[in-house]
Amino acid sequence: MALTPATADLGPATGLVCRECGHTRDLGPHYACEECFGPLEIAYDFGGVTRASIESGPRNIWRYRGLLPVPENVAESPNTEPGLTRLVRADQLAEALGLQRLWVKDDSGNPTHSFKDRVVAVALAAARELGFKVLACPSTGNLANAVAAAAARAGIRSAVFVPSDLESQKIITTAVYGGTFVTVDGNYDDVNRLASEIAGEQDDWAFVNVNVRPYYAEGSKTLGYEIAEQLGWRLPDQIVVPVASGSQLTKIDKAFQELIKLGLVEDRPYKVFGAQATGCGPVAAAFKAGHDVVRPVKPDTIAKSLAIGNPADGPYVLDVVRRTGGAVEDVTDEQVVDGIRLLARTEGVFGETAGGVTVASLRKLAENGALDPSAETVIINSGDGLKTLDAVAPVARPSANIAPTLDAFRAAGLA
Amino acid sequence: MSSVSVRIPTILRTYTGGEAEVKAEGATLRAVVADLEASYSGISARILDDNGKIRRFVNVYVGDEDVRFADGLDTTTPEGAQISIIPAVAGG
Repeated sequence: MALTPATADLGPATGLVCRECGHTRDLGPHYACEECFGPLEIAYDFGGVTRASIESGPRNIWRYRGLLPVPENVAESPNTEPGLTRLVRADQLAEALGLQRLWVKDDSGNPTHSFKDRVVAVALAAARELGFKVLACPSTGNLANAVAAAAARAGIRSAVFVPSDLESQKIITTAVYGGTFVTVDGNYDDVNRLASEIAGEQDDWAFVNVNVRPYYAEGSKTLGYEIAEQLGWRLPDQIVVPVASGSQLTKIDKAFQELIKLGLVEDRPYKVFGAQATGCGPVAAAFKAGHDVVRPVKPDTIAKSLAIGNPADGPYVLDVVRRTGGAVEDVTDEQVVDGIRLLARTEGVFGETAGGVTVASLRKLAENGALDPSAETVIINSGDGLKTLDAVAPVARPSANIAPTLDAFRAAGLA
Repeated sequence: MSSVSVRIPTILRTYTGGEAEVKAEGATLRAVVADLEASYSGISARILDDNGKIRRFVNVYVGDEDVRFADGLDTTTPEGAQISIIPAVAGG
């Protein structure tokens, strides 16, 4: 399946290390430790990455290529060029929640309108180097969009598997890119299992979040790098991150730690908070119960992009949150809808249900005192509300419907 | 005693001589794992930890059911059952 690691150019990456038992192995298409099945992480030897070398790079995630498992010339191969999304100063949302200084990292601005373009771009680059021929994934929707688009742009085949009850917007926004696109009668965890079994049979298929996961997951670090750079090479005091598999949260923390070690930001404490929907909140439940293992649940929430009942990185989310003094909160579907509307009305940002989960969790964390209202806070809006229209369709309605006359306008009391 | 079919993940196929699917005997998952060990020495320690529990990053399914939602190693394995052993580190 794979080229020999000697011919693969994965930039500063030097090997794979098991996060659980520390067992090491050479770079290659591996994702689970052969000793204990634990997740493999990329080990690096970072060269001379400086603020200046980053700032002189492209206006997308490839400005951080010296910190990712990708070749130096990665930007030259066709890709969707994600990243460097806006960091929105959110004064009105802050005021509504009693906070002093709040920012929204609005990742709906990526090419397929979610943070998944970041991870897929890194997975695509690694998959090329490792000799894979097909870009594939199980997905809750956003990843499906990102994989189908990235494969189309790269001129390779895609194979995407999603639960059949996915939002119709996400079905359409995947199918339009062509490629093999399969809806599966089951929930995300069922689809994920199927993908793992297919990956065991199709040697040249890169399931980005399965057999290429160590590389793929590193793409989420770019969220952390960007936030720090956009704050003027500074870490925020607090950050609230939505939790599905938990990978995004742990990788943002990893990015902050790397920036500190490289001397690119000042070493100061920050707190990481996780946000889940109550209908799929296994990590929040474990956090609140004081457990360090995560008991899988069967998801039941409108926040389908977060509906992973058996989150692979759940235990590591607990580690990060507890180490930094944060928390994991969960919110009801009704609060999710309120969160979407609050963000839209206060900042003009229409987030998807995951964004609603994050805003609603931010509110809850502020109300219960877990967050410091005077500290600088960043929240992640990981996707675009246009992909989850059903969530707000019943409550996002016109103010009035009137005849095309001035009299009708006056009578409606809208002035 | 029932006869079942077990799907083997890539990283355990060194134990099964490259076979992706093998037959085993046992009325419970615990018995099936013991039978696998008898046929493929060393495989049990990859699936179970030092305390004899299913490793944190291993998912085992009997049919469609994740055994963590059933009775774990005591989950019954009926005649002809399809068992899958899958690394948990995937998704999202």
